[in-house]
Amino acid sequence: MTEVLTEERKETGREIGRARRRKEDARLVTGRTKWTDNIQLPGMLHVAFLRSPMAHARITRVDTSAARNRPGVVAVFSGQDFAGEQGSLPCAWPVSEDIVIPEHPPMAVSTVRYVGEAVACVVATDRYKAADALEAIEVDYEPLEPVLDMTEALKEGAPKVHEAGNKAFTWKFAQGDIEAAFRDAPVVLERTYVQQRLIPSAMEPRAVVATTDGDQYTLYSATQIPHILRLMLALTTGIPEHKLRVIAPDVGGGFGSKLQVTAEEVLCLLIARRLGRPVKWTESRSEGNLTVHHGRDQIQRVSIAAERDGRIRGLKVDLLADMGAYLMLVTPGVPLLGAFMYNGIYKMDAYDFTCTGVFTTKMPTDAYRGAGRPEATFAIERLMDELAAELGIDPIELRRRNWIKNTEFPYTTIAGLTYDSGNYEAATERALALFKYDDLRAEQAERRRRKDPVQLGIGVSTYTEMCGLAPSRVLGSLSYGAGGWEHAEVRVLPTGKVEVVTGSSPHGQGHETAWSQIVADALGVPFEDVTVLHGDTASSPKGMDTYGSRSLPVGGIALLQACEKVKEKARRVAAHLLEANPEDIEFADGRFQVRGTSASKTLQEIALATFAAHDLPDGFEPRLDAAATYDPENFSFPHGTHLCAVEVDTETGAVTIRSYVAVDDVGRVINPLIVEGQVHGGIAQGIGQALFEEAVYDGQGNLLTTTMADYLLPSAADLPGFVTDRTETPATTNPLGVKGVGEAGTIASTPAVVNAIVDALRPFGVRDVRMPCTPERVWRAIREAEGAQA
Amino acid sequence: MPRITVTVDGITYEQEVEPRLLLVHFLRDHLGKTGTPIGCDTSNCGACTVLMDGKSVKSCSVLAVQADGSEIVTIEGLASDGNWHPMQRAFHEEHALQCGYCTPGMIMAAIDLVRENPDPTEDEIRQGLKGNLCRCTGYCNIVRAVRRGAEEMRVAAR
Repeated sequence: MTEVLTEERKETGREIGRARRRKEDARLVTGRTKWTDNIQLPGMLHVAFLRSPMAHARITRVDTSAARNRPGVVAVFSGQDFAGEQGSLPCAWPVSEDIVIPEHPPMAVSTVRYVGEAVACVVATDRYKAADALEAIEVDYEPLEPVLDMTEALKEGAPKVHEAGNKAFTWKFAQGDIEAAFRDAPVVLERTYVQQRLIPSAMEPRAVVATTDGDQYTLYSATQIPHILRLMLALTTGIPEHKLRVIAPDVGGGFGSKLQVTAEEVLCLLIARRLGRPVKWTESRSEGNLTVHHGRDQIQRVSIAAERDGRIRGLKVDLLADMGAYLMLVTPGVPLLGAFMYNGIYKMDAYDFTCTGVFTTKMPTDAYRGAGRPEATFAIERLMDELAAELGIDPIELRRRNWIKNTEFPYTTIAGLTYDSGNYEAATERALALFKYDDLRAEQAERRRRKDPVQLGIGVSTYTEMCGLAPSRVLGSLSYGAGGWEHAEVRVLPTGKVEVVTGSSPHGQGHETAWSQIVADALGVPFEDVTVLHGDTASSPKGMDTYGSRSLPVGGIALLQACEKVKEKARRVAAHLLEANPEDIEFADGRFQVRGTSASKTLQEIALATFAAHDLPDGFEPRLDAAATYDPENFSFPHGTHLCAVEVDTETGAVTIRSYVAVDDVGRVINPLIVEGQVHGGIAQGIGQALFEEAVYDGQGNLLTTTMADYLLPSAADLPGFVTDRTETPATTNPLGVKGVGEAGTIASTPAVVNAIVDALRPFGVRDVRMPCTPERVWRAIREAEGAQA
Repeated sequence: MPRITVTVDGITYEQEVEPRLLLVHFLRDHLGKTGTPIGCDTSNCGACTVLMDGKSVKSCSVLAVQADGSEIVTIEGLASDGNWHPMQRAFHEEHALQCGYCTPGMIMAAIDLVRENPDPTEDEIRQGLKGNLCRCTGYCNIVRAVRRGAEEMRVAAR
C-alpha cells in the first residue's frame, strides 16, 4: 500500500513519524562538540607526514638526521623504521579468486605509487614545529613511469604499477540469453559514459589521536567505522583486539570517505607505541584532497537492445573501474554494488555485466556516497532518455512501459535481487504534478520554436537502490570479509530512564534522535528519557557501523527487537508482582496491566523491582535490559522520481537549475525532518558531480585539485531550493517497514541533471556532455554537434 | 615574541604568540576554544568564521597578532544566561545542520549577514553565505533558518 503524504499528514504516530528536532543539535550549535582534533591529552605530541611528490618512483635514500635536530622535534621516522611492524593496509573484499591484492605498507618503504603517499613523519611538541621539520627531511627518488589512463594501463607493455601487472580483477555476471536479446533487436544503442573521479570532501578533515598506557591502546579517529576499524587495526598491527579501544567521537560527515582503515590510523598507533606518549595527527584540507580515498572513476561502455515500442530486451555493461594504486578496505567491491543496479526499476530479458579493476598511480578509490549505485543508476537513466529520444517516445512514458508495476511486487529482477515493494506509478505521478511537467514541456517547445538562446531542458530520473547492507549470506556469496548484521542494547535504568547502545556510528545522521523515537514508541517512555550511546568500542562493543544506508533498516530493527525483549522480560516481572499470568498482561503507554482490571505496573516500577531484585520470578536475572543482533533477510529498495529543469545558455554554455522536484519513497519514516535533510543534501552532492566536481591529475600524476579553490563544492549560491515530497510504501521485509535514505538523493540527482542538459541541447544534435558539465564542456558539446551536423 | 591582548567571548587574554600564529590556532590550541573548527587551509570553507569587532572574519585568514586589541566573539560566546542566540535556535528549529561541522561558521556568518541586511531574501542569503560550505544539508534548511533567525533578531531588536 502506498500513501501520498501531503504536508499536513506528514507527521503521524506518537513518536515514530514526528518531526522531532534533534537532540544532537544542542552541542553542535553551541560549539561544545567533541571533534577528534579538539582532544588534548597530557604530554601529547603532534605528527606531520612527509608525502611523496612523485606519482611513481623508487625511494633510494631517506635522510632524517637534520630533521631530528630541529626545535621541538621528538622523533622522525621513515618507512624503513616501521618496515617490520606496520603490516599491510587491509582489503576486506577480494571479489574474485584470482584478484591481485598488492602489499600496501602504511608508510612507503621502497616504492611510492601515488602523489601524497606517506614516506616519512615528524613527531614534535606542536603542529607548527612538526610541519617545520618536514622540510629538513631529504628523500631521493628514482622516477618510474606514471600510469594514469586505464585503457593504456591494460595494454601489453604498459608500465606496471605492481609486479603482477595493472589488472586487479575481472568480475562477471550474466542472466538470460544476451545473444538472443541483441540478435535482430530493432533498436540497439551503444554509449560510453565517464564517471569522473570525485573527492568526497566531508567538512571535518580526518584526525587521529592515539594513546597507550603500555598495555591498553586507545585510538580516537574521525571514522564511520569504529568497530570494523578496531578489528582491522588489531589484524594489521598485531595489537591484540582486546587491548585496543577505538572511539569515534563526534564525526563531521563521512559520505564513505571515513569508511576506511587509513595509513595514518595505523602509523599513529605505532608511533604512540614507540614513544609511549599520546600523539595527534590532523590533516590539512590539501593533504586530505590528496590522500582521503577518492570516489567513482569508472568508464562505462553500455549497450541496450529494445523493441520499437520501447520495451527493453537486454542490457550489456562493460566497466573499467580505476582502483588507484592499491586496494583499500572495499575498493574492488564498489563496482559490484553497482552490478545489481544497472537494470534499475526495469524489466528485461537478459543482462550481462563485466567489470575490470585497473591499477593506476593515483590515490586509491573506495566507497563514496552511493558506492557503485550512483554510477549504475546514471548509466541506465541516461540510456532511458537516449532510448526515448531515439524512439520519439516521452521519457516518462518509456519508463512506464518498462518499469515493474505496483501489482507485480515482490519481483525478482534480471540481476537476481528480489524487490519486495515499490510504487513507481505513485511517486512519478506526484512528481509530475509538483513539477508541472506538461507546462514545462510546452515552454520548452516554445523556446525551441523561437530559437531562444537560452534553452530549457527537462531531465528524468526514476531510480531505485539497494539499501540496508546487508544480508550476511549475500555478502558471503560475494566474498566480502564480514557480515552485515547490526547490534543494539536497551537498558532500562532503576529510575526508569533508558540507555540505548547502538552499533551504528552516526556522523550527521541524527541517530540519537531517531533511535530515541523508536524506543519511546516501543517502550512507551518519553522521548526525553532516552539516551543513545555510540561510537566507542568500550561502551558499544558490537557493531558493524554506518554506511550503505544501513543504520535504520538494520540497526533500527536490532533496536526494535531489543525493545521487544525488554518488554517480554518486563511482562514476566509484572505478572509475578501482580500475581497474574504473563499472557493476561497487556502493555500500553509504558504500563503493564492485568487485562480487565486496574492492576498495573509502570515500566519504571518494574525496572526498580529488577534492580532491587527482592521479589523476582524464579530464575529471573536482575536488571531490565536486553540486547539483540539483527541480520536482514533482504536488502531494502527505496525508490523515487526526480525531475530537473535546467536553463542552458547556448551562447556561453552556462547551466542554471531552474527547478528540482524529488518524490522519494523510503518506506516508513521515523523522522520526516531528518529524511528531508538527507534528501536535500544527497541531491546537492549529486548535482556537484553533474556540474562542478572533478579530481584532476596532470600528465605526471600530480593532483591539480588539492584545495577547495580548485575542487569546487556547490555553495548556497550555486543551488536552487528543492521541492521534495514523499510517497510511502512500507518495506515488507522488516517490522518497521523502513528502507533507508542516506544515499537516495545522490543516486537520483546526477542523471536527472545531465539528462536535463542533454534534453535542452538535443535539437543541436548533442547526445552527451561529459561530467562535470562545466560551461566550457557544454559550449564545446554544442559547437562539436553543430560541426558534425554541418 | 609579540605580546597581544585579545578579548574572546568576554574574557580578556594577554599572551605572547609567534607572529605567524593563525587566529584560529590561537583560539583552539592556546585558549582551548575548540568550538571554532577548521575545515580547509585556503579560506574557502568558512567553518572557522568568528566575529572580530562585530564583523565576520575567517579566523584561518587572520593572524593572532592582527587581532591584538580586538574583541572576538565565537560560537561559544553567543548564548547568554543559557539562552541561545536567535540564530542558534533557528538552525535547530529548521534542521539546518546534520554533521554540524560547518555550523559554527555558518551561524557566525549568518549573524553578520543579518547585521548588514536585517531582512534578506532567499537569493541574498544564498549569495551572502557562498563563502561558507556545507556538505550535508544542500543549504535549503540553512536558508530557511537564516530567514527565521533574521525575523527573530528583528523582533528582539524592537
